[in-house]
Amino acid sequence: MTEEMSRMTAGAVTTEPVCIGIDVGSITAKIVVKRGESTLYERYERHFSMVRQKALELICRVKEIIGASPVKIAISGSAGLGVAKAAGFPFVQEVYATAETVKTYAPETNCVVELGGEDAKVIFFDGGIDERMNGSCAGGTGAFIDQMATLLDLTAGELDELSQSYERIYPIASRCGVFAKTDIQPLLNQGARKADIAASIYQAVVNQTIAGLAQGRQIGGTVMFLGGPNYYCKGLRERFVKTLKLDDEHAIFPEYGRLAVAMGACLYAAKQPESYTYSELEKRLTAACSVKSEETVHARPLFADEAEYQEFVKRHSEATVEEYPLENYSGKAYLGIDCGSTTTKLTLISEDCRILYSYYDSNKGNPVEIVRGQLEKIYEMIGDRIQIAGSAVTGYGEELIVHAFGVDFGLVETMAHYNAARHFNPNVDFILDIGGQDIKCFKVHNHSIDSIMLNEACSSGCGSFLETFAKSMGYTVEEFAKLGLKSKAPVDLGSRCTVFMNSAVKQAQKDGADVTDISGGLSMSVVKNAIYKVIRAASPDELGREIVVQGGTFYNDAVLRSFELELGRNVIRPSIAGLMGAYGAALHARERMEKRSEELNRLSAAGKERESLKLGSSLISPERLAKFTHKAKSVNCSGCTNHCHLTVNSFEGGGRYISGNQCEKGLGRTVITEELPDLHQYKLDKLLSLGGGEAKRGTIGIPLALGIYELAPLWDALFWHLGFKVVFSGNSSKAMYEKGQYTIPSDTACYPAKIMHGHVETLVEMGVDAIFYPCLTYNMDEHTGSNHYNCPVVAYYPELLKSNVESLKKTKFLYPYLNINDEKELTKELTRHLSGAFGKIPHREVKAAVASAMEAYRAWMEDIHREGQRALEYARKHKKRIMVLCGRPYHVDAEVGHGIHKLAGALGFVVVSEDSVSDKADSPEVSVLNQWTYHARLYRAAEYVSEHDDCELVQLVSFGCGLDAITTDEVREILESHGKLYTQIKIDEITNLGAVKIRLRSLLGALEQRGKN
Amino acid sequence: MADYAIYTEEMKKENYTILVPNMLPMHFQMMEPIMKQFGYNAKIMDNYGKHLAEIGLKYVHNDTCYPAILVIGQLIDAINSGNYDPNRVALLMTQTGGGCRASNYIFLLRKALKKAGYGHIPVISFNLSGMEKESAFKITLPMGVRLIQAVLCGDMLMQLRNQCRPYELNPGDTDRLAKAWTDRLTREMEEENMLVSYLKVKKNYRQMVRDFAAIPMNRTEKKVKVGIVGEIFVKFSPLGNNHLDDFLVSEGAEVIMPGFLDFCLYCVYNSIEDYKLYGRGKKTVPIYRLIYRYLLKKRREINRIIEREGTFRPSTDFDHSRERAKDYIGLGVKMGEGWLLTAEMLELAEDGAQGIVCTQPFGCLPNHIVGKGMMKPIKEGNADVNIVAIDYDAGATQINQENRIKMMLANAREVLERQESERKEM
Repeated sequence: MTEEMSRMTAGAVTTEPVCIGIDVGSITAKIVVKRGESTLYERYERHFSMVRQKALELICRVKEIIGASPVKIAISGSAGLGVAKAAGFPFVQEVYATAETVKTYAPETNCVVELGGEDAKVIFFDGGIDERMNGSCAGGTGAFIDQMATLLDLTAGELDELSQSYERIYPIASRCGVFAKTDIQPLLNQGARKADIAASIYQAVVNQTIAGLAQGRQIGGTVMFLGGPNYYCKGLRERFVKTLKLDDEHAIFPEYGRLAVAMGACLYAAKQPESYTYSELEKRLTAACSVKSEETVHARPLFADEAEYQEFVKRHSEATVEEYPLENYSGKAYLGIDCGSTTTKLTLISEDCRILYSYYDSNKGNPVEIVRGQLEKIYEMIGDRIQIAGSAVTGYGEELIVHAFGVDFGLVETMAHYNAARHFNPNVDFILDIGGQDIKCFKVHNHSIDSIMLNEACSSGCGSFLETFAKSMGYTVEEFAKLGLKSKAPVDLGSRCTVFMNSAVKQAQKDGADVTDISGGLSMSVVKNAIYKVIRAASPDELGREIVVQGGTFYNDAVLRSFELELGRNVIRPSIAGLMGAYGAALHARERMEKRSEELNRLSAAGKERESLKLGSSLISPERLAKFTHKAKSVNCSGCTNHCHLTVNSFEGGGRYISGNQCEKGLGRTVITEELPDLHQYKLDKLLSLGGGEAKRGTIGIPLALGIYELAPLWDALFWHLGFKVVFSGNSSKAMYEKGQYTIPSDTACYPAKIMHGHVETLVEMGVDAIFYPCLTYNMDEHTGSNHYNCPVVAYYPELLKSNVESLKKTKFLYPYLNINDEKELTKELTRHLSGAFGKIPHREVKAAVASAMEAYRAWMEDIHREGQRALEYARKHKKRIMVLCGRPYHVDAEVGHGIHKLAGALGFVVVSEDSVSDKADSPEVSVLNQWTYHARLYRAAEYVSEHDDCELVQLVSFGCGLDAITTDEVREILESHGKLYTQIKIDEITNLGAVKIRLRSLLGALEQRGKN
Repeated sequence: MADYAIYTEEMKKENYTILVPNMLPMHFQMMEPIMKQFGYNAKIMDNYGKHLAEIGLKYVHNDTCYPAILVIGQLIDAINSGNYDPNRVALLMTQTGGGCRASNYIFLLRKALKKAGYGHIPVISFNLSGMEKESAFKITLPMGVRLIQAVLCGDMLMQLRNQCRPYELNPGDTDRLAKAWTDRLTREMEEENMLVSYLKVKKNYRQMVRDFAAIPMNRTEKKVKVGIVGEIFVKFSPLGNNHLDDFLVSEGAEVIMPGFLDFCLYCVYNSIEDYKLYGRGKKTVPIYRLIYRYLLKKRREINRIIEREGTFRPSTDFDHSRERAKDYIGLGVKMGEGWLLTAEMLELAEDGAQGIVCTQPFGCLPNHIVGKGMMKPIKEGNADVNIVAIDYDAGATQINQENRIKMMLANAREVLERQESERKEM
């Protein structure tokens, strides 16, 4: 978006005032200068955070045009507020300004969609103006597109061009930029086409705009698209037009699209009474440039003086790993590859673990090509003198690289990092690794991993965030880090998610903070995020004595220093901080190969031969490498009804690798030799088989989401007995979610709730006579806690649906408040409500139906308990590990739970649900109020796991679940007080299971290691 | 058995200082002496600043709602300050016992205290649901009545102050008077063994209205009226909402803030509704009915006095608001601020507000339903009202919040201009 445009017209000398509108957004500044109807000057430029200076610069440029004319001025935009305040100029809110422009120049418009650097806005003009801006939890706008372009190693222009040749759209989470990134990164690492990813990024922006801002109103009629991204990105325009089903006549992309706010400010300026001379403007803005506001909080500088800095540099230069010159070495060597989310790292080590060669660079969106090039280089350097005796790969791209190059071993990142750190410092008791995308922390106790903490979407502020921020401000990461070290007063930017940091930076800029303070502040944010959000430590003592920090982000001295300051303690940063994963992988290869040769020796000593145990490495040979090619193709799996989008990677001279699948079916190989018991699947299958019956009184539709997952058998039996045909909305899917996303009023609600909209729309389409979805303040009383509430969302979501889903007006929507713990009350209320909707239904009939319904529910729960018992017995008989995959009943949904239970099964776990074991343990002592039915089950399940050595607990937590902020800490405490590991998986729209896999494999790795000790 | 410290009779006898987090500065100031009279050495917190959230974030799960983070931060900061003997201090926290996670604040505070090395400090649950009976802190009927009196006075002061502030001719007049009255009422509450004299209270009410009406004001220029609704803490607490009312006044708006008593009425009513809907609490429902009628009567008294004097707008009758809400939302929605929040938005629209700020902590569960979830029908039914939802959070920035409020204000002003020109034409 560097193309600049300016038009100048010689200004005739008149007394008619010149009107100036300036729009200072989060990334760019725009100016429009008019006299009467004629435009004298307009311009659109990036301001690189030099907000006030840019405003001054723009004004200086129009000096000639203004001449001696009186000037009226108004300032707009999110970063303009501070400028206006400091200079004492009128300010107009930007959405209001946009509306002014549209009302004046295109009054026939029904709706405006404006995307800015960081804000998205929608304006509806029909029936009174309705203006909306994205809430605080939404980052998918111009800055997001820029970030994604950086991630793909493209300019924004190149990204747009590529997007034109897309073949398919990948589902990418549209809740916020951070979530989207989590989906994109693995796609890249799995070899998906960049063109497809580019178009998918635009689709995510479109989906997010709609899901966040339509809120029940249809974006239709004549729609005008404004703002920089809509102006520059053709691919984005296309996605908007296609998604909103607009034709050319109704989708307007005006030439002034990116200047609309400045034009509105200009119109607003014309109405202001005050006018200024040019020199007054210049004087006020010059003065504004030197004002520093007090609102921003500043922290202490990173270094008090030069001496402190020198001491720091000296101390950290001591922590090195021995290297050995490659050209002098001959013999066996081991290769470690760390194919991370944003960078690829390689190390080649000697038999005695010295580093012969290493490589660290951005993977530029194509890790396969990087590794190929490196292998070529390594083979060239080592010739016949050195033999690669073993190789291992870790990181996001592990499987891809294993298949592409025949790497001997793959291992999960956490274990690789621990290997390296342990080699470095045998007494290490705490490791913090901050990489491009991940923060990983492990506590080490008795030489085995004690607990593993990884960052979540909302705590994702790490390396790539700093990198994209540096680039957006016009610096490289290294320059940016150096600037941070110089900061005299780093700004306090908070410790929330990266999107929040974006707006915190905006505020700091508004207050006049310069780039050194912002860089220093961002480093502190990354550190605080790691300590308080990820590790959740209240004091440094909770971390450990021997702390090793690693990961590429710690190359940034500002981050390292901030970490030491925040902890008040010195830490060790190995000189190979960024290579620790690769180094750990190389160590792993060495260890495994040595074991293998021992085993072979033993076998051959015994006179046996085993073909499966080969001595040499399976790594691709130089000859085959020379012929290596890589092609990626996308297909839809037809293995089951999930129709997973698969990416098929074919390698000539190598193998084939398929990714994107939720299960093993689409892989073209038969991995599963035995079907392990899986309570999640069992429950889901049973629930999906419900429904049917004869429609004597009519057809009742029930949305299968949220609390219905608990009570479906009850309602099914009730209506069946009353002579209704029962129709459930079926399994959820992404498509079903998208069907209902237009009517979601609160985009920060949890995914299980938001998907409800699609279920209801589906039922309306089916043409049922009525939709039944009751409000339940109280859940089933299982007498296990002090009360038996539902959460507010589960309890009252029907109220929200009634108020926001227009199509519900086409049918009867029954959402009575019911007491399911009192058959008499339930009968009474049901009789009243059903008779109201379907004509008189006798009380006694309802009474009998309620009794049967309750019986059906009891039978269902007993069945789950029994089936749970059976699964546990199976596991114990066959010596399988048991995973209690905990969550809420609605987490068994295929779309909500993303099939994580299948993944667990593939890793060899017998999977049971929280409600299938909660009957097998007593309620533990909890230090919180235990008054929600679902939570009480969680605590009991945790208690059960604590009592059994062969069980592990993994808790599924939906993003946005406020109550789980409480339960997660409590479940963790129950488990850890019994020496068990706690694993939490946060789930949302994100479909990619890469991070989940890492967590589950880390759990397995830690268990295996514990077993060894 | 609970493994947390309990506030005992001995502690009460030894006059332990009870630290109380602040939510409504005027109301709570008047409550302090009342609690003292009943033997509880209460101290309302007056420490503020950005560092409170920082402390909170350190000790509380960061995904927990913002009010919990702030309140816990405020209390721990007070203990850290050295102004109180950590061995002779107790903390007080409200507990609603509803289905919202706010019921768990008290446990989060206890966890935080443990983490901060103050596990021995007892935390008192301030609740009306009979939870934590082992505590020596009891809300007796006489104390309850007195506290309600403080709430009524506080609400009235807040209402009068809000209606004067944007119009005062001499900047600061209103706040000076509000402070003088708060101090005077606080002193009266201090007078030991003072019975709540019915006549005296009414006399005070009348004097208060007269005093505020006497402030020199210019009411010729119409100001845009903006209501504040939302989650109870961020709605009322300047600490929670970044001094929202001051910001609105500085933008030339008149603030309307539905009172604290409404929340009490709502809580009491929910017990009545629970019986109606689910047949729960048959035995206690007559008591709740009694309390509900009592509170309603007290509230109406104030309204009558304001009406009679004539300068100020009385607040909408609570029963009326409740009835109106029924068209939009079921009165069974009782978690968090529940149906009350919807009712207040409707009340404000009826009261002629052109704008509403719906405040909530980021990720507030009930507000998905009762706040954001109800905006569409409310806007459809009340075209002249502009509603903006603002999230409050340790990470949310003031600039983003103010920018969105300014958007709402720009549209509200346009509505006001149109209304004014229509009025003149008539």
